[in-house]
Amino acid sequence: MANLTLVQAINLALVQEMEKDDRVLLLGEDIGINGGVFRVTEDLQKRFGEHRVVDTPLAESGIIGTSIGLAMAGLRPVPEIQFDGFLGPAYDQICSHAARMRTRTRGGLTVPLTIRVPVGGGIHAPELHSDSPENIYIHQPGLKVVMPSSPYDAKGLLIACLRDPDPCIFFEPKRIYRAFREEVPEDEYVLPIGKARTVCEGEEMTIVSWGASVVQCMQAIEKSEKSIELIDLRTLYPFDMDAVEASVKKTGRCVIVHEAPKTGGFGAEIAARIMERCFLHLEAPVQRVAGFDTIMPYYKLELEYLPDTERISLAIDELAAY
Amino acid sequence: MPITNALTTEIQRVSILDEHGQFDETLGKDLIPNDDLIRLYEEMSLCRKLDEIAFKLQRSGRMGTYPQNMGQEANSLGAAYVLNQDDWLVTCYRENCGLFHRGLPPEKILLHWMGDERGNNIDPELCITPIAVPIGTQMLHATGLAWASKYRGEKRIACTFFGDGATSEGDFHEAMNFAANLDIPVVFFCQNNHWAISVPGRIQCSAPTVAQRAIAYGMDTIQCDGNDIFAVVYCMRKAVELAREHGRPFFIEGVTYRLGDHTTADDARRYRDEEEVELWRQRDPIIRVRDYMKQMGIWDDSKEAALMEQVEAETAAIVKRAESIEAPDSDDFFNAMYAEIPPDLDLQRRTRRTSSIGQDPSQIERPQTSSR
Repeated sequence: MANLTLVQAINLALVQEMEKDDRVLLLGEDIGINGGVFRVTEDLQKRFGEHRVVDTPLAESGIIGTSIGLAMAGLRPVPEIQFDGFLGPAYDQICSHAARMRTRTRGGLTVPLTIRVPVGGGIHAPELHSDSPENIYIHQPGLKVVMPSSPYDAKGLLIACLRDPDPCIFFEPKRIYRAFREEVPEDEYVLPIGKARTVCEGEEMTIVSWGASVVQCMQAIEKSEKSIELIDLRTLYPFDMDAVEASVKKTGRCVIVHEAPKTGGFGAEIAARIMERCFLHLEAPVQRVAGFDTIMPYYKLELEYLPDTERISLAIDELAAY
Repeated sequence: MPITNALTTEIQRVSILDEHGQFDETLGKDLIPNDDLIRLYEEMSLCRKLDEIAFKLQRSGRMGTYPQNMGQEANSLGAAYVLNQDDWLVTCYRENCGLFHRGLPPEKILLHWMGDERGNNIDPELCITPIAVPIGTQMLHATGLAWASKYRGEKRIACTFFGDGATSEGDFHEAMNFAANLDIPVVFFCQNNHWAISVPGRIQCSAPTVAQRAIAYGMDTIQCDGNDIFAVVYCMRKAVELAREHGRPFFIEGVTYRLGDHTTADDARRYRDEEEVELWRQRDPIIRVRDYMKQMGIWDDSKEAALMEQVEAETAAIVKRAESIEAPDSDDFFNAMYAEIPPDLDLQRRTRRTSSIGQDPSQIERPQTSSR
């Protein structure tokens, strides 16, 4: 066991998979000698060579498009898109090709790649370095979407993605890259894609969240006197509706918390599923604490945008009183 | 003859005031009148000083991530000097000097990097687009802006700036292709500063020049010493004439160097040799002009000392203006979304700190009357 940050846990997962499987190669902007702008790939080029850790031209569509080719040829590329806001140029390759190749060829060609993307706000970064676009990719059939909220989960989930036969987007919440450490086993382990984690158990209310917001939810729960169950979805597609259903049937109340804008966000899907499966068990309308339907403001106001403990606590109190 | 030569071409490189102080009289004579040269030198000095201060502001927690412009001042300044006041200036983020020349209040740049959108609220009369953060996207906008003036039969043109890294993005090639094939008067100015964060220029372009990329699109092109303001002005005059008088695009590769880190979040010592940086420090565009002016007898140490004093005071005032702006109202990011705020967004705005229940306060008052 080692006490690792999220960044170190991801680095460790990459090292172990690269040692084990020479089909795994990394490509992206500044991931080589510089070790990535967040140092997630620190020392990997030194260790595995320039042919396996590749500094590419500055071209996101190129990074994903060539990764699709590498994957169709039987390799396991792990492209990095440097920031959430730079996914734009890669959107066409991700959604028009990576997501569709298996079904388009009825299994003849597949695209086993894992796109790593730092995601979310809260680090005082410039424009387009703080967005939460996960729902765009959840809504694109053919992709798997994963977002860990802890070092332990990050390692196990990343290994699961790297070994998955289909294209995965692995969102790394940059706000908690180095926010805390956690015991992470040295040995390799896999956390299944599609399984949520119950962070803490409770009887009166369920909170469903993912990514960096899980930390804010924990803080609100610690401040509350209510008995609250927190479910970290961990993987957003496929997602663990069984875990949400069991919890909400037990508690009768649910708040969903995410950074992405509220309207059309993934919280809406969870809420609709709760209506389908738990309607007769509900004691109150399902609530969402989310980013607003605005562009993520520049950093002077970013904390006004992000769901914080105060807003989550308010939702807890209002929902409990309903 | 089954194999013939389909094309032979060459790329011209322009250098007028070189790093050793050699001045080419043939090209350089009367290119920039002395009074103007002094003014350009003063502007570069101010920009450099502000750049140094911005770095310190970030280090002391008074500003967010900031990309230094140090060493690249001559490119955008030379361009802005040649352009008309109503020509579009479509920049990325290492063109502060040209923007200040155009008339952008320098505190606007600081405000942007202080995480404040009001830094992008620019007087439309200045014909400037805001800092473009995503790489290589703004060249298409410049092409559209120039297209609009062609459409209206105006003589306005656009000049867009980008780095060597941006030439790897698809949008760059699409912009070049549109401009060349649709006869759009836009000047593409590549600041080849050798580094895209940690990735060296050879990963972006393995041809000997970036300038030759334009040939593939049928566009006139030239390479210049981007640390030589005379060469920049010379090339810009050619480009602007072609664009304004003949409606054609033009490509300039200004060869320069990023003397600082990519941004304050970067540490270039991790990936490049200090020797290389030192070599380019010797080619500094500002020192070169100063030495030349002294040689010409139009500048001396006492003028320099006076200028430094003036620059010190001006930059202090700029920082003060940026920092003394009132804190933004958190209604701002809602109110600025649409010309008219949609009712649902307005509800989010009004209740963002006071209610969570569907962001509809009326629901909270109802529970007692519910069937439960």
